[in-house]
Amino acid sequence: MREVVASFRNPVMLYSIGKDSSVMLHLAMKAFHPAKPPFPLLHVDTTWKFREMIAFREETVRRLGLNLIVHINKEGVQRGVNPFASGSSIHTQVMKTEALRQALDQHGFDAAFGGARRDEEKSRAKERIFSFRTASHAWDPKSQRPELWSLFNTRIHSGESIRVFPLSNWTELDIWEYILAENIPIVPLYFAARRPVVERGGALIMRDDDRMQLLPGERLEERLVRFRTLGCYPLTGAIESRAATLEEIVAEMLTARTSERQGRVIDQDEAASMEKKKREGYF
Amino acid sequence: MTPAELKAFLSAGERKTFLRFLTCGSVDDGKSTLIGRLLYDTKLIFEDQLRTLEKDSRRHGTTGEDIDFALLLDGLEAEREQGITIDVAYRFFATDKRKYIVADTPGHEQYTRNMATGASTADLAIILVDARKGVLTQTRRHAYICSLLRIRHVVLAVNKIDLVGHSQEIFRTIEREFRDFADKLDFASLVSIPISARHGDNVISRSEATPWHEGPTLLDHLDSVDVTSGREVLAFRMPVQWVNRPNLDFRGFAGTIASGRIAPGDEITVAVSGRSSRVQRIVTHDGDLDEARAGDAVTLTLEDEVDISRGDVLVPGAQRPEVSDQFAAHLLWMAEDEMLPGRQYLLKTGARTVPATVTELKHKVDVNTLERFAAKTLQLNEVGFCNFSVSVPIAFDRYRDNRETGSFILIDRFTNATVAAGMIEFGLRRATNVHWQALDVTKSVRAELKGQKPVILWFTGLSGSGKSTIANIVERKLALAGRHTYLLDGDNVRHGLNRDLGFTDADRVENIRRVAETAKLFVDAGIIVLVSFISPFRSERRTARELVGADEFLEVYVDTPLGVCMARDPKGLYRRAQAGEIKNFTGIDSPYEPPENAEIHVNTVDLTPEQAADRIIARLRDSGLIG
Repeated sequence: MREVVASFRNPVMLYSIGKDSSVMLHLAMKAFHPAKPPFPLLHVDTTWKFREMIAFREETVRRLGLNLIVHINKEGVQRGVNPFASGSSIHTQVMKTEALRQALDQHGFDAAFGGARRDEEKSRAKERIFSFRTASHAWDPKSQRPELWSLFNTRIHSGESIRVFPLSNWTELDIWEYILAENIPIVPLYFAARRPVVERGGALIMRDDDRMQLLPGERLEERLVRFRTLGCYPLTGAIESRAATLEEIVAEMLTARTSERQGRVIDQDEAASMEKKKREGYF
Repeated sequence: MTPAELKAFLSAGERKTFLRFLTCGSVDDGKSTLIGRLLYDTKLIFEDQLRTLEKDSRRHGTTGEDIDFALLLDGLEAEREQGITIDVAYRFFATDKRKYIVADTPGHEQYTRNMATGASTADLAIILVDARKGVLTQTRRHAYICSLLRIRHVVLAVNKIDLVGHSQEIFRTIEREFRDFADKLDFASLVSIPISARHGDNVISRSEATPWHEGPTLLDHLDSVDVTSGREVLAFRMPVQWVNRPNLDFRGFAGTIASGRIAPGDEITVAVSGRSSRVQRIVTHDGDLDEARAGDAVTLTLEDEVDISRGDVLVPGAQRPEVSDQFAAHLLWMAEDEMLPGRQYLLKTGARTVPATVTELKHKVDVNTLERFAAKTLQLNEVGFCNFSVSVPIAFDRYRDNRETGSFILIDRFTNATVAAGMIEFGLRRATNVHWQALDVTKSVRAELKGQKPVILWFTGLSGSGKSTIANIVERKLALAGRHTYLLDGDNVRHGLNRDLGFTDADRVENIRRVAETAKLFVDAGIIVLVSFISPFRSERRTARELVGADEFLEVYVDTPLGVCMARDPKGLYRRAQAGEIKNFTGIDSPYEPPENAEIHVNTVDLTPEQAADRIIARLRDSGLIG
């Protein structure tokens, strides 16, 4: 992180409010202490995030005294793009990928931190820590810069940018162990509680507001659930769990038999879906 | 899991050691399959991933009804189609004893740079060999790159042992052949294991099919091999990444400790400037530390106001790194465009980026035989040993002593691509280890005492052109006029200072470099120096000119035609050169590049040596150099 701040003109940290973002932000607070992180946070808001996430975001920014930029793709909102009618694929493309490109262009950021980890998904496993993007934000997996030792090539031409992934070599278990060890605040949705959910397409979807209409045959029920990852609520499956403390979450992790992205509707759309999204500029 | 069990697990986790390793081998040796097998057997594959894998195995797999573990790793669409891994992928797993980061690196020849990338951070390498094919060119290449990047521990995994009937004889033959090669490579440990990645033999559990194998299984070995890197016991090194100045009262130097340890009160020196202070505090978000060690990202404050900026390296005063603007290094070229000596690249080491040039490619290494041979350039994936010159002195250690402070990358100035990885072998200017001494008596003081302006009169011309004769007369005339002079003569210097040098192009360059540096010292001493050397190359004469001030160098071209020189042949050298008794003789089989803009132009056909000398003296007078 210090390398980025020392080498780039206008860096930004992508803040998704999830557990990885919480850890990344915590690391930034440590890296620049006693100064504040010398860059703003950017949240790309699809308008479909859980309400508790937005509340947590506001609270975090206030508590740490940070500068937050919230970007919404207004054009997408006007076109009425949403995860139900448009499908998860178009929703993600317009409200996340395009929105992110808009925000990066609008503010002229030349480096953006992201909380992605190599253990999440196959194409992420090959991602560099300093990942070069062309002026149109595209990623070319065949012409990545070699990364040797801890020497990162931070040189870019004007208009080009770098995405930086400080958590590349962390695993999901590492994240939870660290949250536990450092007592890092996270969104309460990670802890088990009774929540109103609907079973849809094999996933447990929480009805966070009344924009979600029940389909015929669907029934809203209170179940003891929690989330392993957080995103847009209609696209994020909950798991049944009793884990209500960090210790219990770590214990559950150790016996878990499914991967965290399983609850993500977007990954299952098509084979190699993540790699496609990334070439187009998704994080 | 009970709370007690969890507590036990978490405290075990804190004690777990960490191992980074890479797998390398040729295409189809089964690298990805092996890692897939390790992840599967250590229960790191989740049910949903396993379902996808089963589905993919039926569609793309090459293993019939069995699960094709390779599909778990080959992440990118293109390589899935080609059936080869084309980039470095990082994987993670853990056992009760260790946490692992695995770099899966490609076997395909054009992707050697990716292998070096994986190797640069690895402590151990698993080199896979297909039991049916034995040791290949690729195998040797990979072993060499591992040793070049100083991976200390190597496992030779002879894979697909099931396909050769679990034959001990075949295994031993491969092992012997590999050892013969690896003996030259200086690994700390080398263990050979017969395995079948596809069926799991000797990966985690001992195979009944290879009762003759007495060594460990692969995972047992990974869990137990001693890889304590020793980074902590090396001398303290911290490249300053960023200066933290939140307000006027705080000035902290942020960086990751590359090696050694540090505590408040320790004396500390800035490597290049030589300025010293003591560590006041080790500042962290969670309070000050009593000690920090290699790998820790810290912010240090010092007791004194010392000028330190990004790129400086903090070291103990008693254990300084080398500081030099010239060094020799191994270079692994990673770009399509060839490496050109003389071209300027950007060199990044630690947190410092400086312009750098390869001044000389000493030799190229054939990575298959380790033989050295001469070359003019380096192509993609080639390794060479080069001399480097950087625009300002930098601090470094030898790569073999410290991987963090002895490594660098080269960046193309125009494309910004990372074009090479470098490993420093040694500094080339030992003198700068003795840091610059600021002196009170300056050049102008010395010159004033002598009542003259120091200058270099650089005589160049063919052998037998009359340089030394004229220079001799000029010096005699200057001495008679009360001037302080010195004459550096080519033949005389070759009897002493330069007696180790021959007449190859490289030696001629070095010959002139030494003479130019010597002449510069005489100018510094306030003396008029006469240099009489053939000095056939323009670039070296230019280098000599650039060592001193613009008005301190006069080039004297003694322009006597070759035919005249050959006819005179005062020392009988031309005759011997023509007879082939002397090689590399200027004018015969080695070129002479005449000056384009010499300040003084004379010859000894139209003038006697006496007249030529007078003309030179007149020019000195006209320039105000002598009164």
